[in-house]
Amino acid sequence: MIKYERFELSNGLKVLVHQDMSTPMAVVNVLYDVGARDEDPTHTGFAHLFEHLMFGGSVNIPVYDEPLQNAGGENNAYTTNDLTNYYCQLPSENLETAFWLESDRMLSLAFSEKSLEVQRKVVCEEFKEHYINKPYGDAWKIMRDLAYKHHPYKWMTIGLELNHIEKAQLEDVKRFFFKHYTPANAILVVAGNVYLDQVRHLAEKWFGGIPPGVKYNRNLPVEPAQQEARRMVVKSKVPLDAFYKTWHMSARMDQRYYVADLAGDMLGGGGSSRLYQSLVKEKKLFSNIDCFHFGSTDAGLFSIEGKLVKGVDINAAEAAVEEELEKMKNTLVDEKELQKVKNKTESIMAFEDMSVMSRGSSIAYYELLGDANLMNTELSKYQEVTVHDIQRECQQLFRAENSNTLHYLAES
Amino acid sequence: MQDKSILNRKVQPRIKDAIDFNLELKPCQRFTLDNGVEVYAIDAGAEEVLQLEMVFFAGNWYEEKNGIAAATNFLLKNGTSNRTAFEINEHFDYFGAYLNRNCYNETANFILHCLTKRLGDLLPVMQEILTDAVFPEHELDIYKQNMKQRLEVNLKKCDVVANRIIDELIYGPEHPYGKNNTLEMFDHLTTGEIKQFYQRYYQQGKCIIFVAGILPLNLASLLNEYFGKLPFNKNALPDISFKINPAKEKKQRILNDPDGVQGAIRLARHFPNRHHPDFKKAQVLNTLFGGFFGSRLMDNIREDKGYTYGIHSYIQNHLQDSAWMISTEAGRDVCEATVSEIYKEMKRLREGEIPADELLMVKNYLMGSILGDLDGPFQIIGRWKNLVLNGLDESFFNESVQTIRSVKSEELTELACKYFTEDTFYELVVV
Repeated sequence: MIKYERFELSNGLKVLVHQDMSTPMAVVNVLYDVGARDEDPTHTGFAHLFEHLMFGGSVNIPVYDEPLQNAGGENNAYTTNDLTNYYCQLPSENLETAFWLESDRMLSLAFSEKSLEVQRKVVCEEFKEHYINKPYGDAWKIMRDLAYKHHPYKWMTIGLELNHIEKAQLEDVKRFFFKHYTPANAILVVAGNVYLDQVRHLAEKWFGGIPPGVKYNRNLPVEPAQQEARRMVVKSKVPLDAFYKTWHMSARMDQRYYVADLAGDMLGGGGSSRLYQSLVKEKKLFSNIDCFHFGSTDAGLFSIEGKLVKGVDINAAEAAVEEELEKMKNTLVDEKELQKVKNKTESIMAFEDMSVMSRGSSIAYYELLGDANLMNTELSKYQEVTVHDIQRECQQLFRAENSNTLHYLAES
Repeated sequence: MQDKSILNRKVQPRIKDAIDFNLELKPCQRFTLDNGVEVYAIDAGAEEVLQLEMVFFAGNWYEEKNGIAAATNFLLKNGTSNRTAFEINEHFDYFGAYLNRNCYNETANFILHCLTKRLGDLLPVMQEILTDAVFPEHELDIYKQNMKQRLEVNLKKCDVVANRIIDELIYGPEHPYGKNNTLEMFDHLTTGEIKQFYQRYYQQGKCIIFVAGILPLNLASLLNEYFGKLPFNKNALPDISFKINPAKEKKQRILNDPDGVQGAIRLARHFPNRHHPDFKKAQVLNTLFGGFFGSRLMDNIREDKGYTYGIHSYIQNHLQDSAWMISTEAGRDVCEATVSEIYKEMKRLREGEIPADELLMVKNYLMGSILGDLDGPFQIIGRWKNLVLNGLDESFFNESVQTIRSVKSEELTELACKYFTEDTFYELVVV
C-alpha cells in the first residue's frame, strides 16, 4: 500500500506527496500530459525533441544541470506516445533547488536558437543510433504505420522521419510550450524524505505564481475497428528472417486490458511460456520469440515478434504461432497457469515499488490515468481475471481481421 | 512572461554542499555456512522482496576452451535428473521468481529475485541445480544454434563490433578480457567439457553468497540446510595467470557496414586496478572528464557540437588489469572530428587549470550520486560485493569518499598529465 496526500494549487497544478523517511533523498517528479500522440502529423518527434530542449536553460536560469549537480542531484526524463516525464533526485536538505529549477522551466524556457540547433542534431543522432543504424531498427516504424491508419500512434516518439526534426523552428517550439507545459496540464509528485507542510509551502512559493494556462483537451482521431487482415513483406540487409504480428487491444483503463496482459504473459513471459516452449524449444522454428504490448493509454497493440531459425519458411513459422493462439481460443487454460502469471504480476509490482524514484513516477502516472490510488488497487483487477475471461479475450483479440503481419526478410 | 511576486528566481536557494554529507556504507551481516561458504547479508527495504546471489569463481578465466564457461553458466538451469528445463522454469515462474545467471571474467553468478515469502519454495530447486544439472545434448544444440544466430545479428552493429575489437587490442585476443565468442567457437562446444567445468567450478567450486532485501528470520539456517552441506570450497582454485598481449598498431579504422550512418568510437589505454594509489583520484578525474551528464566530453561533443546522443568515459571494472575507456557513437561524417575533440579535452586537462567551481560541482555530484545509490538494499549489497570480490573492505569506500572531498585540482592535473597522453591510447572507429 503506497500512501500519499494530494492537493491542488489555484492555478490547477496537482501536487501529490509521498513520504518515506527511510531514505535521505527526495524525488521531484513533474509529469506533463503531452506525448507523441499530441503531435501534428507533419511535425512528428516534437514532444521528444522538446524534452531535450527542457534542459537548455529556462527564463531565469541559464543552465539546468549545474545547480542541480551542485546540490548533489541527478535527473533525467522520458517521452512516450502518451506523456512526458521529468524527474530528479537529490539529498532532501536541498529539496528547494529542485522546486526552483522545475518551476522556472514551467514558467518559461529560454528559447535559445543555439540550444535548438544543437538538440536537433543530438536527436538526429539518437534517431540514427536506435532506428537507422541497427538491423531491424525500422520494423516498428513499419508496423505502426500498418496497424494505425488514423490514430497518432501511427508514429514512434522519435518521429516519423529525420526531416521533421531537422526542420523544427523556434516558433514551433514556443507554440508547443505554451500549449502543453502549463500548471493545468501537469502533475507534480514529491516523494521521499519530505513533509506535507514543507511541500505545500514550497509548491505555493515556487509554482503558485505561474499562470495556469489553458487546459489542453485532447481530441484525437479514433482508430476505427480494423475490418480485414493487413500484411506486408519487406526485404532488408539483415542476417535472419524476422516475424512481427500485432492485434488491436483495449485501452489502458478497460478491464479487458488486464486480461490481455495476463494472456500475453502466458504466451511470452519467460522460460515456461507457451510460445518459447513450443516454438523455440520443441519445434525449433524461432531462435527467440517475445510477446508484449506497449501499455498504451489509448487502444494499443498486442504484439508477437521473433527471429526465425535459418532455413525455416516464414509461412510455416507463422502457422505454428497461429496454432498456439488457436489453443488459447479453443481450450480453457489451466487454473494453475493463470495463477502463475498472477503470481508473476504480484512480484513484478513489488519489485517496481522498491525505489522512491519509481514510486514517485508511478504515482504521477496513475494520477494521469485518473487516480493515483489505482496503483494500490490494480493488483486486484488482475486477481479478478478468470480462465473464461482469458479464453474470451483471446477469441476477441486473435481474429484475422484484427491482425497486422510483417514479414521482415533477409535479402538473399 | 515575468513572475510578478517578489520571489527572486535568479538565485539558487541555499544548499548544503553535498561534500558535507555524511556518507556511510551500511554495515553488512556476515556469517559462514558449515562448509565454509561466506554469506554477506543486508536486511533492509520497503517491500517484502529479496535478492540472493551466489557467486562462483567460474568465469572465462578458468576455461580451457573458449566459450565453455559461458555455456556452462547458461545451461545450468536447463535440466536435472528429475526436472526438464521447462519444469525448472515453470517452478520459478509459478512462484513469481526470477532465476538468472551471468558469466563474467573471473566469476559467474546464479541470482534469484523473489518475494521473501517464497524463498523456502525455491531453495530446494536451486540446490538441485547446483548438485545435479545434467546438460542435455539437445539443450546444448539449441543453445549453439540460437547463440550463433544472435551473434550474427550483433555483428551487424557497429557498437558491438567496436566493443569486441577494442578489448582485443588492449589485452590481446587470447586473454580472458580480450577474447570474444565466434561462430566457429560454438560448433566446438561439447557436453563432456561442460559437465567437467560444472563439476570443478560449480559443484566443487568456490562460492560466496550475497543476499539483500527483507530477509526471513531463519535465513542462516535455510541457507545452511540447502547450501551448507554441499562440497563447495574444498579445492583451492587453480593459479592461472595470463599475460597481456596488446596490439602493436594502436589506431584502427574499420568499415563493417558500408551503408552505416554512424561510427562507434572507442579510445582506451591501460590502467591499473583499484588497488593502485591513483585509482580513487582517477575516479574523480574520470567523472569530470566523461563520467556524467555534465562532464567535459558531454558538454563539448554533445551539448555544444551535437555530434552524438551520448559520450562516456569509465574505468573498466576488472579484478586484475583494467583500462580507461572513452566510448561513443557519432555521425559518420563527424567521427574524426569527435576523436580530435576527445584529444583536445585531454590536452585541456593536462595544460589548463581546473576551475574551482567546476571541481566543486563534480564533487557534489559524486557525493549526491553515492548517497542516492546507497538507498536500497540491492544497491548496498552491490557495493559490498564489489569490495569483497576485489579483496577490499569498507575502508576503501571511506577513503574513496574522503578522496572526493579532499582532492585538489592540481592533483587531477597531475593525473591527467600522467594518463591522458595521446600516444598511450588505442583508437578505434567502426562504421
